[in-house]
Amino acid sequence: MQEMLEIRWHARGGQGAKTAALLLAEALMGEGTYVQAFPEYGPERMGAPMRSYDRISSKPIRLHTSIKTPDVIIILDPSLLTDPSTMEGLKEDGIILVNTVEDPKTVREKYHIKGRKIYTLNASQLAQEELKRDLASVPMLGALIKVTGLRSLEVFLHHIRKELERKFAHRPEVIESNLKLYKRAYMEVKGE
Amino acid sequence: MAQKTKELMALTGNEAAAYAMKQINPDVVAAYPITPQTELMQTFAQYVADGLVDTELVAVESEHSAMSACVGAAAGGARTMTATSSQGLALMWEVLYIASGLRLPIVMSVVNRALSAPINIHGDHSDSMGARDSGWIQLWSENAQEVYDNLIQAVRIAEEVFLPVMVNLDGFIISHGVEVVETLPDDTVKEFVGERKSPYRLLDIDHPITVGALDLQDYYMEHKRSQAEAMRTAMPTILKVGKEFEGIAGRNYEAVENYRLEDAELVVVALGSTCGTAKDAIDELREEGIEAGLLKIRVFRPFPWEEIKSALGSKKAVAVMDRAEGMSAVGGPLFHEIRSCLYDLTNRPLTVNYIYGLGGRDVAIEDIKKVFYDLVSIAKLGKVEDFYRYLGVRE
Repeated sequence: MQEMLEIRWHARGGQGAKTAALLLAEALMGEGTYVQAFPEYGPERMGAPMRSYDRISSKPIRLHTSIKTPDVIIILDPSLLTDPSTMEGLKEDGIILVNTVEDPKTVREKYHIKGRKIYTLNASQLAQEELKRDLASVPMLGALIKVTGLRSLEVFLHHIRKELERKFAHRPEVIESNLKLYKRAYMEVKGE
Repeated sequence: MAQKTKELMALTGNEAAAYAMKQINPDVVAAYPITPQTELMQTFAQYVADGLVDTELVAVESEHSAMSACVGAAAGGARTMTATSSQGLALMWEVLYIASGLRLPIVMSVVNRALSAPINIHGDHSDSMGARDSGWIQLWSENAQEVYDNLIQAVRIAEEVFLPVMVNLDGFIISHGVEVVETLPDDTVKEFVGERKSPYRLLDIDHPITVGALDLQDYYMEHKRSQAEAMRTAMPTILKVGKEFEGIAGRNYEAVENYRLEDAELVVVALGSTCGTAKDAIDELREEGIEAGLLKIRVFRPFPWEEIKSALGSKKAVAVMDRAEGMSAVGGPLFHEIRSCLYDLTNRPLTVNYIYGLGGRDVAIEDIKKVFYDLVSIAKLGKVEDFYRYLGVRE
């Protein structure tokens, strides 16, 4: 792993990007991995564009500032790609992971994206099938693990299960469906 | 399930504070349960609902009532805690002075956020800076770890010096951000904070006392003098508790923290989360050959006068960062106190003030580096042309 990996989530209020960013950090923490995750709230309302961030590092993280040159951007609503600020600062060899019905090639052409690696997943549909809600952020975690290789699927599932059990101690029924979604997303995410 | 060993956890600043409160297990927590309250109290309320603490949680109808209930509970002899933020702290105002004037050891987390108007909910020090004359000890936290550590120490400090303590954490940046926190075993915290043993308790009917009596021209001044004396002599206790805490946690806590300061010629002074960003900026500047350093203020009340004098005495130029606009027309509150403290020195550093980060405005490494580049020019020029500046603002 490089010293620090920076991830920026682009979403709309209500898609669960804050929770997903925090959950990712919690699941990756430990055994020499330091993490930081934080949301950037604008007006807190359903549908408004929002961002959240993850830093994953082999050293303790002291920085308290937003991420301007991410290694990965995760886009939960593809319409956000029409806003030029979404791509801003993404590294030349960076990763774009998009929730969309389209394949990576179409996304590249449609939004005139040069360079970078594009991956797509129909995360909204997967979430609808398993959770009966468009919580696209949930499957995107599984896809992210696949495209970054941050952890093996087994190790990731093992750690995130513990976090889910802690977080959803009062709603245990969501744990299995979340885990199933990560697995499906891990298998179904498409590259170019 | 009791925690038996030290453990790394990924926690938000709010969760770190709530977890410390769970391990402290206070007798009474009184809080206003709605915005501007944060998830801190929601997390703690879940511990209460799950029966993981013995605390009596009193949900009240306003922040004014929250602090009033804390005053009553603490006067009764209960170990008492609460939490608030921005407008909530503002509404507590008159009762803050009552808590400190009655010498009640209440411990409160303050999630530092902007005050209206204009309406803003983000990180900003205006709330606690406004309360700086209210007689509360103020500890400031750079990250979620320090929130946890400061809160545990605050209980001991408050009860030893009979003064209330507020533990400050930057709104959103720390309160809503997840970081890695090393937590202590339950028993270690329990033993460290001990039992509250107050010699003066309203509920001790064998030794009746009066609390909150009328105190006019003949004695009010003596009581204020003794309250001020408590603040004046609180520092040795704060340092002693810090040392003891280091013994159980392995983390060092003093009134200020020096980062690459010893051989620095140019220094930034700051409070809170920006200190972490400044440390990274300083490492980069050192690579560029700039002798940069940081003085982080952890204890703001009592003001660490001697520590600051000895840290900054030999420096060429100092930039004081204020995340609050004091509306004095001549700079922010931290700036004025730092500058005043340097007055007696024969070789005073040049000083400049930056108002920054108001209402959650992001502070990047580049922003801090810009401040140091300004200090390079100031040191070269040998004077400060405009000492009251804004960082990262549209003009």
